[in-house]
Amino acid sequence: MNTAGEAKEGDVLLKLENIHMAFGKVAALNGVDLEVKKGEIHSIIGPNGAGKTVMMNCINGLYRPQQGNIFFKGQKINNLAPHKIAALGIGRTFQKLELYGGMTVTENIRMGSHIHLKSNILSGSIYVGNPKREEIEDRKFIEEEIIDLLEIESIRDQVAHMLPYGSQKRVELGRALALRPEVILLDEPMAGLNLEEVEDMARFILDINEEKRWKITCVLVEHDMGVVMDISHRVLVLDFGNMVIDGTPDDVGKNPQVVKAYLGEEDLYVTRR
Amino acid sequence: MAEKIEVTKDLTIPQVFLKRCKEYGAGKVAMREKEFGLWLPYTWQDYYDRVKYLCLGMVSLGLKRGDKVAMIGDNRPEGVWAEMAAMCAGGIPVWLFQDCMMDEVKYIIDHSDSKFFVGETQEEVDKALAIMPDCPKLEYVIWDDPKGMRRYHQPNLKSIIKTQELGKELDEKEPDLFEKMINEGNGQEICLLFYTSGTTALPKGALLTHYNMLSMGKNLMAVDPCYDTDDFVSYLPFAWIGEQMMSISCGLLMGYTLNFPEEPETSQHNIREIGPHVMFAAPRLYEGLTRQVQVKYLDSTWIKRKAYEIATKIGYHVADLKFEKKPIPWYWNALNYFAYATMQKKLKDHLGMSRLRHCYTGGAAMGPEHFRFFHALGVNLKQIYGQTEVAGISVTHRDGDIKFDTVGTPIPETEVNITEDGEIISKSPSVFQGYYKNDEETKKTLTDGWLHSSDTGFIDDDGHLVVFDRTKDVLKLNDGRPFAPQYLEARLKFSPYVQDAWVIGDKLPFVTAVMCIDYSVVGKWADEHKINYTSYPELSQDQRVYDLVQQQIEEANKALPEPARINKFVNLYKAFDADDEELTRTSKLRRGFMEQRYKDIVETLYKDADTVHLDMTITYEDGREQPIKTDLRIQEIKA
Repeated sequence: MNTAGEAKEGDVLLKLENIHMAFGKVAALNGVDLEVKKGEIHSIIGPNGAGKTVMMNCINGLYRPQQGNIFFKGQKINNLAPHKIAALGIGRTFQKLELYGGMTVTENIRMGSHIHLKSNILSGSIYVGNPKREEIEDRKFIEEEIIDLLEIESIRDQVAHMLPYGSQKRVELGRALALRPEVILLDEPMAGLNLEEVEDMARFILDINEEKRWKITCVLVEHDMGVVMDISHRVLVLDFGNMVIDGTPDDVGKNPQVVKAYLGEEDLYVTRR
Repeated sequence: MAEKIEVTKDLTIPQVFLKRCKEYGAGKVAMREKEFGLWLPYTWQDYYDRVKYLCLGMVSLGLKRGDKVAMIGDNRPEGVWAEMAAMCAGGIPVWLFQDCMMDEVKYIIDHSDSKFFVGETQEEVDKALAIMPDCPKLEYVIWDDPKGMRRYHQPNLKSIIKTQELGKELDEKEPDLFEKMINEGNGQEICLLFYTSGTTALPKGALLTHYNMLSMGKNLMAVDPCYDTDDFVSYLPFAWIGEQMMSISCGLLMGYTLNFPEEPETSQHNIREIGPHVMFAAPRLYEGLTRQVQVKYLDSTWIKRKAYEIATKIGYHVADLKFEKKPIPWYWNALNYFAYATMQKKLKDHLGMSRLRHCYTGGAAMGPEHFRFFHALGVNLKQIYGQTEVAGISVTHRDGDIKFDTVGTPIPETEVNITEDGEIISKSPSVFQGYYKNDEETKKTLTDGWLHSSDTGFIDDDGHLVVFDRTKDVLKLNDGRPFAPQYLEARLKFSPYVQDAWVIGDKLPFVTAVMCIDYSVVGKWADEHKINYTSYPELSQDQRVYDLVQQQIEEANKALPEPARINKFVNLYKAFDADDEELTRTSKLRRGFMEQRYKDIVETLYKDADTVHLDMTITYEDGREQPIKTDLRIQEIKA
């Protein structure tokens, strides 16, 4: 599926060059650059309205940047439709849940892998040979890899909108994983979760990033500074559409502008450490 | 039909295991586990292979006869394999509750001199690694689930698979070693070191022999036989003697199939899928099931509610006739069949009780309401009485001879007596050998082969044993009028809205209660009544919830003599929890501890005040603590 070929550890997988995006007179992104290397957890932080989600939306094609280019494994993607970008191997979760509320957990997750199924409406209706094999493999992958990883066995047959918020967040991640992405965009996966759920979610992110089975590169937008500083390899700081710094968590933590603008909210920084 | 195995004093559990494996081989399923949404079967041959290689693996890591092997984890086939593997090599398994706090784990590992630690996941491995410096005898940690283990490379950490590979290597060198080790064993040797849950003090390690365990299995099965075509669902902690009795002693002797749920949270659903023939659980589980039925009843349509009401009315009448040992007239039998066909059959299926022949409750007291409820459904629920020190149970109800205020009559080869002080003592081949490294307690507990239970009770005219609670069944108000807290609590818990209750009043002017609402049921009720809430503490303090709880108490107060009625109550901001030491690991209320912990509440309940301020800490499962400051309202119940 990934036409641009295999990337190696350390290669630049996703590249944003001088991205500009304005809504009327409000500049949401003002010349932002980003290089995400394979195998990284690259976090994007910044106060509310800094342009983090806009950036995510630009990457996965919901928005078209007015200026600048986005490359995925060298291929320019800023004019592609979202489903094409997804098919290239960029998955995402949403800050505000975007599950199919009336479907069960398993059905939601299966939607994520639908893009990989080759059978059509005709061959699928017969359910012999390839479609059957494909279906069984897909189900096996979802059960053995995703449901097991996210520990959602007990809710697999429940309808998504009936679930507690923390569980719905997991299901979103599950659906994004079913796409078998190379890069996953995580938009505030910890927001609204309690301490225990945050720890679980951080563990899942580390698992999908480090576990041989997955090795997924993560772009993480998150407000929880404790988590960001603990698990990221690199951190990009935005402030009203402008880049403040892009560096390692240590560099970012020492940057006076960051400390003043964002980490200065000491309470927020220390909450979950 | 399984070949009958004669239990002799020399026979060991591994010998029974070997015999069953040879008898059934690959032709019969020994256990099933639900994994990835499917039931995966393991035949007796698989069981044999897994145990053999794991056992030899541990031997090549240095396990010797008599070494202790500590184990912790959920109910999974790997747990049984590890236990059996340790026993086959002459090792002594030591089970820990999976939600044990670090201090308890450390105490037990250190006290038991465990050499091996078998844990299921990263969480257990972390616990083991953390205590290793303080437990010098601990040499190896064996783990099962690879999730999150990618960064663990310590030399004394081994996966079960890796250990089994070592075992295969050893087997190639010494192919007869495994069976030779099994045959060397003797029934009089210690096979389990079992730490009691400790209602009062530090856990004590009870030493049990193979003969203790096997004679227990034999005698229980003489009362209520099981067959090798039966299914049993193993989902209660292995660190509870009841589960050992069912999964190991009876399981091997009868050769029935053990089934392991996918996750602890899915066990209720998995029980329904399996439909076990025999079940053994603490009262809490049955209380939960009752509550579930009551809630579903409240939720259902008018016609279904009516059908339920009529069918239960018939069921209750027939059950009461049975309890009174009166003959059931043919027309009541016909009506009962009608109730079965229209309602009970379906409901039992939902509860996973369709095929159930016997089910037992033990470990704590259960209210008569719950007992009647299950019998009215046609479920053969029986009380049992036992303790770790008799390798399981000593007393149970017989079919057709069930009295819900008793625990039944002794099983074969068991004598039960009452001392002059009213203490229950028993004697049987299953009585344990003593406490590990604690002669003083052993002497107190074992005299001339009689086991002192420290429970009080009496034997009634029908020869049934009646057990009082450890902290006495009947307490007295300060004017000497008696009341029965456990009985009251059981009555209160029959309401679906009440998860737990603690009744107070010993040497005090009147009876009061601390109530814990059932979050999901009351939450649902609140949704229906348009009450907004964000958390348990907030919901519990709502005036309308107080009124709801008051209704439940008034219901329980009915038909009680005046001194035994609850006069005042308070809704607690949380449910009782074993992590906060309010309950034992087997879910018994620790009254003495609670009186200390909630001293402020108790004092205020007997003052002329309508709120109590609390300032305390709650403990999370991983041992972290969080301070809580809150005000709780006190509500008075006017007669």
